[in-house]
Amino acid sequence: MKIDLTINTDLATEILTAFIHSETTRAGFQKVVVGLSGGIDSALSCVLAAKALDPQNVLAVRMPYRTSSPDSLEHAQLIIDQFGVQTITIPITAMADGLINEFPDMTDQRKGNIMARCRMIVLFDQSNAFNGLVVGTSNKTEILLGYSTLYGDSASAFNPIGDLYKTQVRQLSTALNIPNVIIKKAPSADLWADQTDEGELGFTYAEVDKLLYLLVDERYTAEECVEAGFARTFVDTVVNRIRRFHFKRMLPPIAKLSSRTIGYDFLYLRDWGT
Amino acid sequence: MKMHLGIAQIDTKLGVVDANLQKHLDYIEKARHAGADLLMFPELSLTGYLLQDLVPAVAHSPTPSDPVFKELFKASQDIDLLVGFVEEDERNRFYIADAYLSQGKLVHIHRKVYLPTYGLFDEGRFFAWGDNTRAFNTRFVRSGVLVCEDFWHVAPPYLLWLDGADLLLFTSASPGRGLTEAPQLSTSMWVESINRAYASIFTSFIAHCNRVGFEDGLHFWGGSTVYDPDGNCLVKAPYDKEAFLTVEVDLNQLHRTRARLPLLRDERTAMVQRELNRILSDDRSNSGK
Repeated sequence: MKIDLTINTDLATEILTAFIHSETTRAGFQKVVVGLSGGIDSALSCVLAAKALDPQNVLAVRMPYRTSSPDSLEHAQLIIDQFGVQTITIPITAMADGLINEFPDMTDQRKGNIMARCRMIVLFDQSNAFNGLVVGTSNKTEILLGYSTLYGDSASAFNPIGDLYKTQVRQLSTALNIPNVIIKKAPSADLWADQTDEGELGFTYAEVDKLLYLLVDERYTAEECVEAGFARTFVDTVVNRIRRFHFKRMLPPIAKLSSRTIGYDFLYLRDWGT
Repeated sequence: MKMHLGIAQIDTKLGVVDANLQKHLDYIEKARHAGADLLMFPELSLTGYLLQDLVPAVAHSPTPSDPVFKELFKASQDIDLLVGFVEEDERNRFYIADAYLSQGKLVHIHRKVYLPTYGLFDEGRFFAWGDNTRAFNTRFVRSGVLVCEDFWHVAPPYLLWLDGADLLLFTSASPGRGLTEAPQLSTSMWVESINRAYASIFTSFIAHCNRVGFEDGLHFWGGSTVYDPDGNCLVKAPYDKEAFLTVEVDLNQLHRTRARLPLLRDERTAMVQRELNRILSDDRSNSGK
């Protein structure tokens, strides 16, 4: 079986910038808001938006918490300087700690989810203030693995990079001249000290992207992936995560009572009428 | 004989027929100035593609009293038109249809025969299936019309060929997919390969008009083409951009190609019929629909 995740970066850029332009303008907007974490995914969404709409129409929002790595702010600044987007820095410490301090024995995971949701609140508030749509920054790998906070980092108006695996995000970021220090550093949600995605997940993006490509894009069975050399425990973990976190990819189901119910037989695209 | 074929590779507004009609009239005016004899629009050009529950709200009938077709009949006095729309029949069934208009009259309607209902497609849920594949005479050349999935099946172009069509007019709203290392999407490579193959094996002209633009995350890739009976690409529109283009089609190329390569003359239609009858009469066959 052939596993080749290489993409044509010129073609990807052309389609994704046209998508950003289309989804923004047909909704009646000229501008967008991006939460710029200092990581590669939000850097890529921000740069694509700057190319699609003009950098002056992009507001990059930095939202540090008191435990955030200083590198995150600096790396976000590299993108802001290089691509000339507008910027604002809004610390979330006070708003997050308002809730966190109510529960002295709160777990890191709860704190992380609160931070992600505080950032969502800031972004959608800036959306109103800046009159711009919130651009999504979740890639295909983390969406499939459910590695996100529901109504936190997964919340957006539209998502240009959600059909690119992390490996492909890296390739496209390189082609768009995103600084190497951002592309090469260990991916992290930076919710607590020394947190890394790959440490938390228990496998690398390079490995899991190959497996996801076979399972999802090429429709191989789990058994065929094991026969091809992937460890059974790894395959089982990934298959289970895809199923278990499917709820994060769906709107909440509505209990059907009437003859026409939103989600089942009231079907329209979001672009309806535009 | 030569004809000038125009292609309107347009984007559409989803469910806004009036705005799409105005765009049609603008392109028709442009084509008239460019001396086009026939102007093709893409699949569902008057409505947009992913209509879902909008289907009944945007349906029209190609009659002189219909407010949309009234304008198109008027516009077709001196230029032939092929437009895509949702047709509602007299018993309120809805079809994906193309109408060929000429000199203020309806010449031909093609109702999409194959409705893809798999993967990202859900046409069979919202539309009725057409059940005719017929060639028709135009002012220039006997022609046939197929819509998107229709030409992914070999039978419809084959039937049109046997029914006398020398110009096959293909329309589509093809969502792009398959991003690889290649400089074009897999979808466009597949479509260009089969259109070129049809031109070559049917020694006929193939004109394909695809749309552009986005509907939610779906991206329509354009890249409309015209192939001659030798399989040469006469013209190709850009990918992903609205475009209007015209091309001179030298119909005498049919004479030259078929003198060299008499595939039509040698086609064994009686054998095809015999074998089809045998295959379809076999109770174990599941090939009959």
